Amino acid sequence: MNVKKQRGRPCAVLGATLLMLLPVLASAHQEAGQTAGFVAGLAHPVSGFDHVVAMIAVGLWGAVLGPPAIWVLPVAFPMMMAFGGLMGLLGIPVPGIEIGIAVSAIVLGAMVLVQVRPPLWVAAVLVAIFAIFHGYAHGRELPAGGNALLYSLGFVIATGLLHLVGILLGEAHRWAMGRRIVRAAGGGIALTGLFFLWRAVVA
Amino acid sequence: MRRMRLRALIALATIAVAPMPAHAHLVETGFGGFYDGIAHLAITPADLLVVIALALFAGQRGTRTARMVVFALPLAWWLGGLIGARWSVVTTLPLLTTLSFALAGVLVALNMRVREIGVAIFAVIAGLLHGVVNGATLAPGGASGLALAGVVSAIFFLTAVLSAEVTALPAGWPGIAVRVAGSWIAATGLLMLGWLAKMAR
Repeated sequence: MNVKKQRGRPCAVLGATLLMLLPVLASAHQEAGQTAGFVAGLAHPVSGFDHVVAMIAVGLWGAVLGPPAIWVLPVAFPMMMAFGGLMGLLGIPVPGIEIGIAVSAIVLGAMVLVQVRPPLWVAAVLVAIFAIFHGYAHGRELPAGGNALLYSLGFVIATGLLHLVGILLGEAHRWAMGRRIVRAAGGGIALTGLFFLWRAVVA
Repeated sequence: MRRMRLRALIALATIAVAPMPAHAHLVETGFGGFYDGIAHLAITPADLLVVIALALFAGQRGTRTARMVVFALPLAWWLGGLIGARWSVVTTLPLLTTLSFALAGVLVALNMRVREIGVAIFAVIAGLLHGVVNGATLAPGGASGLALAGVVSAIFFLTAVLSAEVTALPAGWPGIAVRVAGSWIAATGLLMLGWLAKMAR
């Protein structure tokens, strides 16, 4: 029994020594990719002009419609946009994304140009449908090494700030001159949408 | 389409039950464990978002609810932290933590009328969940109880300040800004759920 124990001891020592020499995987003690993810998310919506004009159009239209649309649309849009992003990330196919984005700019721009005032639910549904296209197209491009949560947060904040820009510009429609400028902005957005539609169809 | 939906569902279910390895990530401020814990909350977006969303929601629901949540959330978090540190399951449960802040964001965005006890129960569940994850991730990294105290103190402070501010907000734009913030948090959660599903596939 004792002999067996003595034979086992060198093996145990050897085993322990080998274990000590074994390189242990170092789990990162540092949060990585946080800043890169957030900044990339913030920059992403601004990188596509079709997205930018549509987001501003949402704010402009909200301002033209007045309360409660002025805040219902910017509250509904990010949630539906994220839903679109979720669909894209889950791999659920949605056809004609680029066309949908271009049409969103055309329709929203035209609404501002013509000062259309549909019932709130119609405006909300329209904006929600367009939001899905935008989310689907833009919400799934995480840069390598970036933090997905902070990227998403940055992306959503940037989109919300674009709405805010639209709302602030749209507030000018309280004045006669401002109304003309807002309508002209709507026309410009619709034309931009037409250009992107042409590009999407031709390409 | 149906098959795809089924796959997505299976992927989500898998990440819900499959805990991910928790890599210790307590930031070292150089001021000791307590401050490390405070910093931990500040740099952990999922934790920060759930605290912000719950504080906003409690504030929306009025003073009584806010008072309950100000104590219920940090206490539940602390209890969860102790459980996580004691019976370390070494997990980060990303789906559940994401769901918790996304749901809280939806409630804020919709300004949902929930009874105060309902809000408190939600705060306790969210606190326990995030606390367990905190405890399980901090303890293997050698964090002391002081770090957990730092986390809990920061949560108490943030919840108290935010919910008090929201309860005192005048009607009109400030209330709308709170709802917009809720929609942003909910949208971030929805996108994150997609990322998790994508990563699981």
